[in-house]
Order: sequence, then structure tokens, then C-alpha cells
Amino acid sequence: MEFLEIIKALCEGFGKTLLLFAITLLASLPLGLVISFGSRSKFIPLKAFCRGLVWIIRGTPLMLQVLLVTLIPYYLFNVGNTTIISFFGIKMKSLLFVYASLAFILNYACYFSEIFRGAIEGMPKGQYEAGAVLGMTKGQIFRKIIFLQLVKKTLTPVSNEVITLVKDTALASVAGVIELYTMAESLVNEFVVLTPLFYAAAFYLIFNGLLTVLFAFLEKKLNFYKE
Amino acid sequence: MSYLEIKNFTKSFGGLQVLKGIDVSIEKSEVLTIIGSSGSGKTTLLRSINFLETPDSGQMLLEGELLFDAAKANQYSDAEIRQKRLNFGLVFQSFNLFPQYTVLKNVTLAPGLLAETSLKKQGLKGRELKRAVHERKLEIEKEGLELLEKVGLTEKKDSYPCELSGGQCQRVAIARAMALKPLVLCFDEPTSALDPELTGEVLRVIKELKESTNMTMIIVTHEMGFAKNVSDKIVFMAEGLVEEEGAPSEVFDNPKSPKLKAFLQGVNSEI
Repeated sequence: MEFLEIIKALCEGFGKTLLLFAITLLASLPLGLVISFGSRSKFIPLKAFCRGLVWIIRGTPLMLQVLLVTLIPYYLFNVGNTTIISFFGIKMKSLLFVYASLAFILNYACYFSEIFRGAIEGMPKGQYEAGAVLGMTKGQIFRKIIFLQLVKKTLTPVSNEVITLVKDTALASVAGVIELYTMAESLVNEFVVLTPLFYAAAFYLIFNGLLTVLFAFLEKKLNFYKE
Repeated sequence: MSYLEIKNFTKSFGGLQVLKGIDVSIEKSEVLTIIGSSGSGKTTLLRSINFLETPDSGQMLLEGELLFDAAKANQYSDAEIRQKRLNFGLVFQSFNLFPQYTVLKNVTLAPGLLAETSLKKQGLKGRELKRAVHERKLEIEKEGLELLEKVGLTEKKDSYPCELSGGQCQRVAIARAMALKPLVLCFDEPTSALDPELTGEVLRVIKELKESTNMTMIIVTHEMGFAKNVSDKIVFMAEGLVEEEGAPSEVFDNPKSPKLKAFLQGVNSEI
């Protein structure tokens, strides 16, 4: 019953992949929006910080960032992982997962922020002005007028990033997270067969297929208006 | 004392002085039309009146009360500016309708938000607030439909802007600006982005509005025939200054300034 065992293990790994994927998306999309605001801020230190952050994050490999995040507590604050585990009362496995999540969230937020910044800057000025002369607050203008147009404009580049993210989750292995890819690799070693790699590929492929369908659906939904 | 008085507005962009000290006044229910060649500062003046630009100097008085003073411009809070702005409505050259909302929603969005804010300020909360907002929104919708009827677009209430012609879009924009019941309605070249055959319907709507509502209006336009026909007063601007002003008959039939003469000759020399 080698096959079932392999599939069961891969499902477990895929669960981790899915969790990392979901957490990263849920946190990095709003964070990306916040960073894009910061990048456009008139307050120079904030703008410099955000642009600098985006430069560093986009300019270095995600794999390296994942590794660095796991090292920060010890090298910067001299706090060992065992101390953190006992302090929060969590398992080592969870801590490593948190590290990976943090690196992924920051990384993807920076990429998203640039997508949003480009779209915000490309938004016709007249939309803001029309809202302004109608007595709307800046917040209302953004929420009621700009936001949906922003979603529509950025849907395609965002979907690209989302699909990349599915595959990038494999890099969490650097932090010691046993997600789909790492699980497949260890199964190859354990059973001395190559099939787990093909099964893993199928998992990724099917999931990305579903996401592609989902984005096509959203695109169609947002086609109820044109600019 | 005039209804709206603009005193000594100046405005520079970079090194270029676009307004060099503009004085304009308008009486209640009057239609004031500003003409002049491109770059004369007409649009900047209109945008300044609507608080989209901040003049470097000058004052604006509404019904004798100081509404804007450039010397204190940086002391106004966002909320104050919003409040002051509501005295005016602005119809843009390029309509600037909200593409994701239906025609009716374009008209009712801003009044709805304002009503919600003011009801919240009255201290209403929870279900009570929800009910009050709902009731108010029904009224606003009714008013919106009346406005759409005025601009002749009742059937289009559920259409999206992308489904309309330019002329229809501009009529929606007019209804949208009217929905907040401004004291002074401003038009920034309302027909300049339209195909020639569509300008008529927009100009007709503006004229009907003047007749049916007695709305005070400031219109920047290149449509001289319309200006002559609909205006109580014409202001001719050139190089950031008011070069000549007066009743349409005076300005068009008996221009005094050489610049105005040259401008009118240029306009009339169409082949």
C-alpha cells in the first residue's frame, strides 16, 4: 500500500502549502496596499523607507529572505528558537512555519505594492476630482470610486503573482517547513522511487488550474463595466 | 454686493503666472460665461472657484461672506474645504463619471454618503441609523430620478456610462452635479470633448436648466452662439486677466478691447 501512503503524505504536505499560500495572500494583499500608499507618501522618510524596503525585497532571492528571517531572532536579539518556543508555548514546527509565513508575506506585499502603485498612479485624475467636488472625503473617494477600478486594473498582474506564489511555497523548505515539495523529496528518499515527484507536480498543476479558472471568472464578473 | 465675488485671484504654476489678478462678480440666478483663447486662465479660474486649485492670493465672497481667503488657505482643514466646496457644483470637460456605477448611482452616490455622514453625526447608531439611512436614500433616489428626467435620461437610469454617448454622459454629469443642490453650478467647457452633433443636446439641457431652476451658473465655453444666447454676462479673459466684460450684446456686437476684437474675428472666420 505504498501508493496510498505516498498520497496521504503528499496531501499532508499540500495542506501546509495551502495554508502558507492562504496566509500569505490574505496578509500580503492589504499590506501591499499599505506599502503602495507609503511609497506615494508626501512624508519623505516614510516614502524612502517603503521604496527602500521594496528595493531590498525585490532585489534579493526569496529563498535567502526565508533563511534570514529564521536567523533574525538569534543573531539580532540573541534569542534562541527554544526560548521562543517555550515562551509562546508552541511547537518548533509552528515556529518555523511562522518564520516562513513572515518572509513570504513581506516578499509578496512588496511585489503587490508595486502593482498597486502603478495602477493608482495610472488612475485618471478626473476620478479623484469628480469625487472631491462632490464633497467626498479622501477615504470615501478611495473606497467608493478608486478601489474597484483598482481591483479590475490589477487583476491580471495579481493573478500572475498568485500563481507564482503557489510554486514559490516550495522555498519554505529552507525554513524547515515540510510542505508539498519537501514532502515529495523525502518520499523519494524513503521509498527510493521517483513517482512522488510526478504526483507533487500534479498537485501543483491542478491547483494552479483551479486558480486560473477562478481568475477568469473574476475577470468576467468585473467586465460589467468598461472605462 | 454681488452674490458671488472673486477678488484679485492670482495663481502661478512653476514660473508661469496663469491668473494675474482676476476680479469677477456674479448676481444670483445669473448666467456668467467666460470666454477667451486657450491658456487664458479660464479653466484655472473655474477650478479655483471649486477648490481644486488654491489661488496664491485673493478672496472669494459668497452672499457677502468671506468664503475663501488665500492668506489663510493653509489653515483650512480638509473638512472645511469639503464644506465650502459644496456651495459649488462642477461639470467637467471629460465628464468623469464613475464607470462602475449605473447612471442613477452616479447621481445618488455623493448625496447618499453625505446623508449617511450627517445622520451619524446626529448620534444615530445601529438599527436606527440603518433605517434612517435607508429612508433618506429612498428620497435621494427619488430626487435622482427627477434629475434624470430633467436631463432626459430616465430610461438610461440602469445603464453604465460605457453604454452611453458622450452627450448622454455629460447630461448625467450635469444631473450628478445638481444632485447636491449647489448654489452655483460651474461648467468647464462642457461640450469640448463631444462630437459636433452631440453638443446641441447638452447645450439645450443647460439652457432648460437655467429657465426651469434659475440656477446661478458660471460657464466656460467656446460655443459663442450659445454664450450669446444663454448668458446674462460675458467675461472675456486674456493672458490671465479680465480683458473685457459686459452684457452679451455689448461684448459680441460692440467689442472695445483689441484683443477681444481679434478673438471674435478668429472665432467668426470659420470657413
